[in-house]
Amino acid sequence: MPPTNAEFAYVRDLVKNAVAIALGPEREYLMEARLAPIAEQEGFTCVTELVRSLTGKTSTDLHWKVIEAMTTNETSFFRDIKPFEALRNKVLPQLIQNREKERQVSVWCGACSTGQEPYSLSIMLREHFPVLQNWKIKILATDISNDVLRKAQSGRYTQLEVNRGLPAQLLIKHFRKEGTEWQISDAIRNMVEFRRVNLIGTWPPMPNVDIVLLRNVLIYFPVETKTQILRNMRRILRPDSYLFMGTAETTVNLQVQYDPESYQTVTYYRPSPN
Amino acid sequence: MRALVIDDSSSMRSILRSYMRELGYEVYEAADGREALKRYDEVGNFDVVLVDWNMPVMNGLEFIQALRARVECAKVKLMMVTTENDFPRIQEALGAGADEFVMKPFTLEVLEQKIALLLSQG
Repeated sequence: MPPTNAEFAYVRDLVKNAVAIALGPEREYLMEARLAPIAEQEGFTCVTELVRSLTGKTSTDLHWKVIEAMTTNETSFFRDIKPFEALRNKVLPQLIQNREKERQVSVWCGACSTGQEPYSLSIMLREHFPVLQNWKIKILATDISNDVLRKAQSGRYTQLEVNRGLPAQLLIKHFRKEGTEWQISDAIRNMVEFRRVNLIGTWPPMPNVDIVLLRNVLIYFPVETKTQILRNMRRILRPDSYLFMGTAETTVNLQVQYDPESYQTVTYYRPSPN
Repeated sequence: MRALVIDDSSSMRSILRSYMRELGYEVYEAADGREALKRYDEVGNFDVVLVDWNMPVMNGLEFIQALRARVECAKVKLMMVTTENDFPRIQEALGAGADEFVMKPFTLEVLEQKIALLLSQG
């Protein structure tokens, strides 16, 4: 039995209350596809039965599985645009000034999913910071899932994916069409190094970084894990570096040493001085 | 704020109209390029124009060229919304003066992002 409007409304409210992400009505069609595997794993006969089992109960692991399934891999080029404006207009000009002598900048996208975020950043650097052409730019993009990393590395996107958030001028400048898909240019693809990293547990050796994008990741973790990740992060962040999280994420109530700063409506964080 | 929606499909016009209304636009419609130019003469300038490519009488590309030739319309935000999806077609539309390009089919989220992009460009 396919899920009803009321069941979608329940899941939409569940996601909104838990992680402050608003699922638009167009996501309704995704619900069956996203939740059917969980329903099967958990022994329910259909998604409807799964959703009904959640109602009236307080947050359980199963609630979180549903929230995660409805929100993960939701990425697009220049997602939420505002953090990219903050990077372009404030953070990067400041950082470039600070790194003028060493002429290198290192960025880490901590949950890069299918690659749109690191590629958006590469495109932005190409478009707006020609001064960086002779600098050493390192963009490390990591994710826990090998499947999404493979897709990210290929740099191939469907029409729907390039429709989302990517200005048409940048599409024709940095992509070529191959069959029904769009292939990102080698110049942009080669700026990004993809690697599998699990944020939970011990991290592999990581380079020191100037900018971290860790957006819409910590919302899925309990307080202790968030705290541990942000503490690990603090160790690899250079003293004058920048950390961007998702709009629903904050360091408030976490025992970590970061100071918020803002550009227009965007808040980002910097390591507190020791 | 005023928007003009140009498409020969009445159902597509209806989708775009309701979306633009939600964004707070007063929405006008036309079924082809020539009718759209007439709408311009009757109503005056628009802030945003969404235009299909393939239409009878005057197609979207011809409409964009005609509109951009009018000095008073040089700054209007023009977005092509079309089933055309080949590289040269996108180049052609942007070259003629379109500011953005949405390939059909699209979701409302795509449209929302594209409108935001369109309006954020100076």
